[in-house]
Amino acid sequence: MNKYLTPFVREMPPSGIRKFFDLVSTMKDVISLGVGEPDFVTPWTIRETGIFSLEQGQTMYTSNAGLLQLRQELSRYLSNAYGLDYNPNEEILITVGASEAVDLVMRAILSPRDVALIPDPSYVAYGPCAALAGAKVRYVPTRAEEDFRLRVKDLENAYTPEAKLLVLSYPNNPTGAIMTREDLLPIAKFVEEHDLLVLSDEIYSDLTYKGTHTAFAGLPGMRNRTLHLSGFSKAYAMTGWRVGYVAGHQDLIYGMTKIHQYTILCAPITAQYAALDALTSASQSKSEMVNIYNQRRRLMVKGFRDMGLSCFEPLGAFYVFPSISATRLSSEVFCRELLREENVAVVPGSVFGPSGEGHIRCSYAYSTEQIKNALERISHFVQRRLN
Amino acid sequence: MLSTEDRQLLNLLSQDCRISTEQLSVQTGLSVEYINKRVKQWEENKAIVQYHAHVNWEKTGESQVAALIEVKVLPQRGFGFDKIAKRLIKYPQIKTVFLMSGGYDLALIIEGKSMQEVALFVAEKLATLEHIQSTATHFVLRRYKQDGTELMGMEETPERLVISP
Repeated sequence: MNKYLTPFVREMPPSGIRKFFDLVSTMKDVISLGVGEPDFVTPWTIRETGIFSLEQGQTMYTSNAGLLQLRQELSRYLSNAYGLDYNPNEEILITVGASEAVDLVMRAILSPRDVALIPDPSYVAYGPCAALAGAKVRYVPTRAEEDFRLRVKDLENAYTPEAKLLVLSYPNNPTGAIMTREDLLPIAKFVEEHDLLVLSDEIYSDLTYKGTHTAFAGLPGMRNRTLHLSGFSKAYAMTGWRVGYVAGHQDLIYGMTKIHQYTILCAPITAQYAALDALTSASQSKSEMVNIYNQRRRLMVKGFRDMGLSCFEPLGAFYVFPSISATRLSSEVFCRELLREENVAVVPGSVFGPSGEGHIRCSYAYSTEQIKNALERISHFVQRRLN
Repeated sequence: MLSTEDRQLLNLLSQDCRISTEQLSVQTGLSVEYINKRVKQWEENKAIVQYHAHVNWEKTGESQVAALIEVKVLPQRGFGFDKIAKRLIKYPQIKTVFLMSGGYDLALIIEGKSMQEVALFVAEKLATLEHIQSTATHFVLRRYKQDGTELMGMEETPERLVISP
């Protein structure tokens, strides 16, 4: 039946993660550090609110943009946390996870001849979503020596006059890199000079372990050029609820809302009520989880450095991205052999883009016990390769 | 006021008191010397009272009965409730003694091998003490959660995908 698929979809490569997932699924008793979601269950107060909304019979559609109450609370949150100013009536759209928002931005902004600039390595969806919108993609390399921060010199190298959209995603999946205000200011200047729009995916912003997170939209002149994306999955352990949002200039949000109303209609109402509770009553649970992640983060970084691998200090998200170049294996071979010999699953850095080669992504969204156990096994494997 | 780092140390210790100082140091980023010094201070000033295992006796096959006892007391001039409380805490059967607001004065938790043993203790030792006006005994039927730990439902471990983006 393949012939019925469009040539584009037929040719589209599956995510490298999927391939690795299929391999891991064939094995038993695997210890995995391969998961991109929290190990916590959604805090009870949030779950209870979801259940209560069902008991109350809240099972209808909401407005396309999402519950007004939720948008109002988000507007307050964005203002208090990051000094951003969005009108809840016209400048915030509730989406089915931040993933839908990524797709909406690409489809609303990019035409077939446009180019999207995407940092490399980065989350696997940006490139394919831009391509699905018909646009071309140029990857902008980032490097371990520069703590995987995006630099203007690399943007200049990748720049083409067709470039219309720059994707930023800090704290970053897979590297755990963050960008401070000082790091972002030159990027803002570049954006201004080249008349670009920015998709800033800040889903991990609450998981920042040093200093405070800077929202790109809050930089001088960047508010109207930025589509600020985030969601509840990571900070509130709500991945399965599928609720996220995008905030930006009303014209852009209006455009995206038109696509959203035809394709999705609205995000699930139960998830929206739960998200509202997350904002109003779960900040304590959130900071407890952030503390625990931070403790595990230190454990992981030390673990990899003790093995003799170089590991830059990730200050955000819940990933470490150590270099495995000392083993002289490619990241894919490293992961396959590690899985075969020690039953530990980690993700090859190369699935997140060519600059991820020579690295592996290890998540610390696991209990300390699981992390220690996995580190011990990885250490055995690495010692065999180094000697 | 407790610093964020110190609160973290105490939280980690209260979750697992067998955690090593080295491990604490890695997880908090504090030095081993600092942690040793701080923990010693807390032990000395009784901020850390005790290190103990939280046992779920139901799982051990050992029968154990607990009861919550509401006690009404006649307060004594010059001593209030302290004098009677000091007598009560000496009994090894009494595990907990709280002074309460509301309809009664002291809340006790008493443990014993059987309901009869607990009932006998209440009738013979407790109720007969001078200044105790009345007692009401409520036996614990099941423990669902204790000291912040869920004793029931611990088997719920939702499955995550092994690999996800």
